[in-house]
Amino acid sequence: MSKETKMDIDYVSKLARIDLLPDEREKFQAQLGDVLQYFEKLQNVAVEGVDPTAHAFPRTNVWDQDSPVPGFSSKQALQNAPQVRNDQVIVPKVVEE
Amino acid sequence: MDFSKIVSSTAYELSKALSDGATTSTEITSAFIDRIQKVDGQVHAFLYHDPEDMLAQAKESDLRRSQNLTLGPLDGVPVGLKDVIAVEGQPLTAASKILENYISPYNATVTRKLKESGAVISGRLNLDEFAMGSSTENSAYGATKNPWDLDRVPGGSSGGSAAAVAAREIPLTLGSDTGGSIRQPASLCGVVGMKPTYGMVSRFGLAAFASSLDQIGPFAQSVEDVALLLEIISGHDPLDSTSYPVEIPRYSEVLKEDCQPCKIGLPSEFFGPGMDDEVRKSVELAIEFYKSIGFEIIDVSLPSTDLSVSVYYVIATAEASSNLARYDGIRYTSRSQRAENAIDIYSKSRGEGFGEEVKRRCILGAYALSSGYYDAYYLRAQKTRTLIRKDFEKAFQKVDVILTPTSPTPAFKFGEKSDDPISMYLSDIYTISTNLAGLPGISVPCGFSDSGLPIGMQLIGQAFEEGPLLSVAHQFDREHRLGRQAPNL
Repeated sequence: MSKETKMDIDYVSKLARIDLLPDEREKFQAQLGDVLQYFEKLQNVAVEGVDPTAHAFPRTNVWDQDSPVPGFSSKQALQNAPQVRNDQVIVPKVVEE
Repeated sequence: MDFSKIVSSTAYELSKALSDGATTSTEITSAFIDRIQKVDGQVHAFLYHDPEDMLAQAKESDLRRSQNLTLGPLDGVPVGLKDVIAVEGQPLTAASKILENYISPYNATVTRKLKESGAVISGRLNLDEFAMGSSTENSAYGATKNPWDLDRVPGGSSGGSAAAVAAREIPLTLGSDTGGSIRQPASLCGVVGMKPTYGMVSRFGLAAFASSLDQIGPFAQSVEDVALLLEIISGHDPLDSTSYPVEIPRYSEVLKEDCQPCKIGLPSEFFGPGMDDEVRKSVELAIEFYKSIGFEIIDVSLPSTDLSVSVYYVIATAEASSNLARYDGIRYTSRSQRAENAIDIYSKSRGEGFGEEVKRRCILGAYALSSGYYDAYYLRAQKTRTLIRKDFEKAFQKVDVILTPTSPTPAFKFGEKSDDPISMYLSDIYTISTNLAGLPGISVPCGFSDSGLPIGMQLIGQAFEEGPLLSVAHQFDREHRLGRQAPNL
């Protein structure tokens, strides 16, 4: 099996916002290289003029009735949040000084 | 009724026993709780069940029955859910560490429908983390074992849902199917499992994997039971904008009429090399059966089949990388203790919380969508998906139903494929194209290998034509009843 890959694993794991351990990084580099090589067969398919399928049975203009319905209380909405204070999720500062 | 008779019964039989007054929901539910306690230590199909809550629901059902207020045929019958379907107040882990402490604040639409039908909602079933896998080995909480051979996988990703029915721990379960995740484990565990047409069953309250492919569907010992459960969970839902406004027939009534005359198509691409000889033999015997009852068997061609695994893994991972962005350590997942800033919270929480396969797929998906590669992978895969869909449209001009094996092999051993993603991905080769085309498919047990492992066949129907599909499946199932055979545990 090929160990060649076109994927820059550090760049793509950063895009995906996933920290990898060093051994995962090495393992994925090889495995994903093989997977991408398997995908190569797609490059030989004649798709000129073929429309892409995003959904098997697409529906358009699906409207909901614009009427109020009961929603979550803040307690329900926050019940799974990892850090909460005063009915709000705590996050670190996101604005640079 | 004695407990051993209860746990070996189908939902239909339990429903009849309830309406005849031969048993109560409390007795039925107690029998299954007892069975779970006896065998789940070996099988590990359940991630969670709450006997007290189950018995409370059963008691309510019995009270309704005593007042002639029964809600339907499933009132009082236990149903288990794959741990990606929300039940208010219960855990939903998706078999991931990242959702270890998550409690659902609301019900999925299928859960609401089951509750409205009086079913006893009975626990949460194991899976490959976020439904990504074909063996249930990717669960963060330990693999489920195949009840027919505890050294082998139950298939996946809905391995817990399939194994629980096979082990007689519960008569009915729901799973989800993105590329074969209901049909492949049904085949490997010797039960019936069905993926409905995309849009038939609401996905509201299902933890999303690949939104254009995911469908919820039933598992049971028989096609009749699957029809009964499908009838309850199907139908348009304003909370899922992709759910389709079609009328849902009474499938249990549809089964009373045979599909006749009926044409079955055999796609040559599905019968080539790579299929185990015993699988081939069992499927050929099923074809002979259909011939013997007057079905016309016609060769059809699905020439793009060879591309389906590539198309699927580009599209499914791209959709997954987008869907799983929500698990970011901010609003409802565990948060890394090592994080120092916002980006750190995302990257470290996901790095610590996700298992290997989920990371692999999110990275692959991010790559397929990334600048410079979008046209070569994602767009090209979507265009090839059109070719796969058109293959089926052409084939269905000639036949009513398509018959294939469900899985190239019977259940494989633990560890056999877990370090080789491509070999694992290829175990879904017969089921994947059905999801890409949005069509309904059902796996029905059609034989056993010499070593006693179950083998399933897949029947694929036309879009929104679940009735004829179930009818063809039932005509085989009522004669052979292989899903009624139980493993020794």
